Amino acid sequence: MPTGFSISTQMYPEFGLIALIFAAFMALLQTVVPLAGIRYGQDRLTASASPLSALVFLSLVVSFYYLTVSFLNDDFSVLYVANNSNSLLPWYYKFSAVWGAHEGSMLLWVLILAGWTMAVALFSRHLESNFRAVALSSQGFLALGFILFLLFTSNPFERLLPFSAPDGSDLNPLLQDIGLIFHPPMLYMGYVGFSVAFSFAVAALVCGKFDPIWAKWLRPWTNIAWAFLTLGISLGSWWAYYELGWGGWWFWDPVENASLMPWLVGTALVHSLAVAEKRNLFQSWTVLLALIAFSLSLLGTFLVRSGVLNSVHAFASDPERGLYILLFLFVVIGGSLFLYGLRMNDLKPTSGFEPLSAEAMLLVNNLLLSLMCAVVLLGTLYPLLVDALGLQSVSVGPPYFNLFLVIFGGPLMVFLGIGQRLRWRSDDLLRVGKAIPVPLILSLVLAFALAALAGSLTPVLVGSLFLALWVVIHLLEDLRSKYQLGALAKTLGSLTWWGMCSAHLGVAVLTVGIGMSTALTESVDVRMEPGTKVDVAGYEFEFDGHYQEPGPNYTAFVGEVYVWKDSLDEAQLYPEKRRYFASGDVLTEAGIDGTLSRDLFVSMGEQLSDTAWAVRIQVKPFIRWVWLGSILMALGGLVAVLDSRYRMAKTAKSAADTESSVVAA
Amino acid sequence: MTPEASKKFLVFAPLTVFLLMSVFFYFALQMRENRAVDELTSVLVDKPFPDFQLPGLHNDFHTQAELAQGQVTLVNVWGSWCPSCRDEHPYLTQLVEQGVPLVGMNYKDTPEAALDWLDYFGDIYAYHIQDRDGRLGLNLGVYGAPETFIVDKQGIIRYKRVGVVNERVWESEMKQVYLQYGGLINE
Repeated sequence: MPTGFSISTQMYPEFGLIALIFAAFMALLQTVVPLAGIRYGQDRLTASASPLSALVFLSLVVSFYYLTVSFLNDDFSVLYVANNSNSLLPWYYKFSAVWGAHEGSMLLWVLILAGWTMAVALFSRHLESNFRAVALSSQGFLALGFILFLLFTSNPFERLLPFSAPDGSDLNPLLQDIGLIFHPPMLYMGYVGFSVAFSFAVAALVCGKFDPIWAKWLRPWTNIAWAFLTLGISLGSWWAYYELGWGGWWFWDPVENASLMPWLVGTALVHSLAVAEKRNLFQSWTVLLALIAFSLSLLGTFLVRSGVLNSVHAFASDPERGLYILLFLFVVIGGSLFLYGLRMNDLKPTSGFEPLSAEAMLLVNNLLLSLMCAVVLLGTLYPLLVDALGLQSVSVGPPYFNLFLVIFGGPLMVFLGIGQRLRWRSDDLLRVGKAIPVPLILSLVLAFALAALAGSLTPVLVGSLFLALWVVIHLLEDLRSKYQLGALAKTLGSLTWWGMCSAHLGVAVLTVGIGMSTALTESVDVRMEPGTKVDVAGYEFEFDGHYQEPGPNYTAFVGEVYVWKDSLDEAQLYPEKRRYFASGDVLTEAGIDGTLSRDLFVSMGEQLSDTAWAVRIQVKPFIRWVWLGSILMALGGLVAVLDSRYRMAKTAKSAADTESSVVAA
Repeated sequence: MTPEASKKFLVFAPLTVFLLMSVFFYFALQMRENRAVDELTSVLVDKPFPDFQLPGLHNDFHTQAELAQGQVTLVNVWGSWCPSCRDEHPYLTQLVEQGVPLVGMNYKDTPEAALDWLDYFGDIYAYHIQDRDGRLGLNLGVYGAPETFIVDKQGIIRYKRVGVVNERVWESEMKQVYLQYGGLINE
């Protein structure tokens, strides 16, 4: 350790640990005291959940701060720092290395959980005190479980004393990337955000409160969590696209699936909450989705961190960890589903709906999304199942996932398109029948025309263009009919509508991106020497040799590639091959030139001679639309939250009462 | 079943599915442990110890040939940065006292830190192989320290232990392999 360190600096990791232990005690109090308050009718105890949640959050901030400082100070006497950082690492990667591996990312997880809890405590003063206390107590229990998990199996402050490492073994080079600085926090905001839905559902079960007000409280929280999860997943996919080097953006890897499952159920939840709020229906189903969305986040944590799915990381993951999380899952998920079973018997449905109505469409949407989630879950667990039966280890692979997502995703978008135009409660078959032909014909004709223009009449391209157009045209038709009814101003004034619009547009944009890039990507692997020219999809790529360039903690071979189209300069690309000092790892950094209509993607493989390289060149039309679509979806979720209905927190109760009485009338 | 009764059953369906999954996960977890150990250990077993010519820690120099000189040897991968290496040190000391030849492979370490460590805990090794950049470790398929190999009289790897060597591991697995290939113990 450098000699300039004072005693207190040397103690920083211990400060962090003490803060973590303190947080555990506060979380325990947050779990127990409010419930005791309700049991014994002590209002002051019931109300203590809120300040206690602030204490949990603050002590976790302190703990996280000291871990961060240990990284920035290169304190390699801390095992976690020694394993995941290096003195040569640039400061911003030292910062993001805090959550670069298991222990620190778990600390970030629980920090974000505590942050959400405190936010709930701050913005829930208008809730009934008992309901609020139960919800916060449930949040406290979740935090307690994860803090104890950290303390007992994954202490990030563990020391290497009296002999500290001379230098750290460096952060995994794949994680030394700007996308990875933001990806985990975004993702955890989503995962953990669903804990609010979970705890509200638990509180609803305990207090027997399933009315539209309950749904209205929960909707903004769920929307925000869902939007963050959407962003987190798409950041991860974006990172995989340009960092893994081979141009794919989704691999059906168990870790990716672990994030997709809560997203699918979360999407169903967002829609089912809308029905629960507007029509006082689907309560039982909505509560179940709220429990399952977060349960799947926990399940993902188990699958990824216990090592059951990828045995390559087995040594890094302690078997104790898997067992601990499983036990925690058992208590949290098992307990909440048991409560669900007990309470749901009492629930009586309040009002009905016809098979042809917005409710029915949303029910279909929910079922299809749940089926998609089940397919992903089965596909992810299938290798485990086969292994358990003593057969050869297998992987299900992308064809399985792709097939089923098309089978369920296609109909989902067909219903999405028409569903946007259906009325609540009951719609007229004749009216709906009239609404179908124009969008159907228009989107079919346009899909074929555009596909022909792109030069590929494959089913995947025509199909995806059709589905995207079908959704967009229905959205426009809906606007037109509202204009005819003179309701346009009201619609355009509603941020909920804009949110819905943006999210559904995002689905269409995403579909175009998937269809175009799947059908039209061209890819060649060639040997390139200085002066070699290759023609791919109408672009001419010329390799101009490579040069060596030092980075902060690596050296890079940088290839120079010039691209022309129709003899005009199009782009210059600089793909890299990096060798990191500390680990000796070699990493491919693709050279990418992206516009809305196409990506030029060049990555260097093996060096074949002094001057020659194996190079993969890809032209990927519309690939950017994949992430653009995701951003639109997330934006939709966030915009809907800004709707003025949610800001009138104090008058929420009366407003909801009016609303439900209007519906009932 | 009446509709009422079937509804009662239905609301517990999610719980039932989850409980079945939990049982499954529990067994998957147990299985994973066994399988992971198999995979980690099977790679180089029954193959010759990889070739090397590397400095030691005491101004000496060692090669692969020394491991094939008619003695069954334990090669222990360690580093001063590795906390578990400290844990197994007392038991390795016992083994050395029983006459088991022990060679250290000082992995991804600096000589200064390594010598400090040995001064503090005691140098029980016949000699050390200094694998400073981890290249030999790469050839050996080392996942992390500590790991311990049993190398037979011809320099062929017969066993690989990932993780700490303790009495349980030695008595239940390693001792048998060690004796099978002609290793000696002073009782």
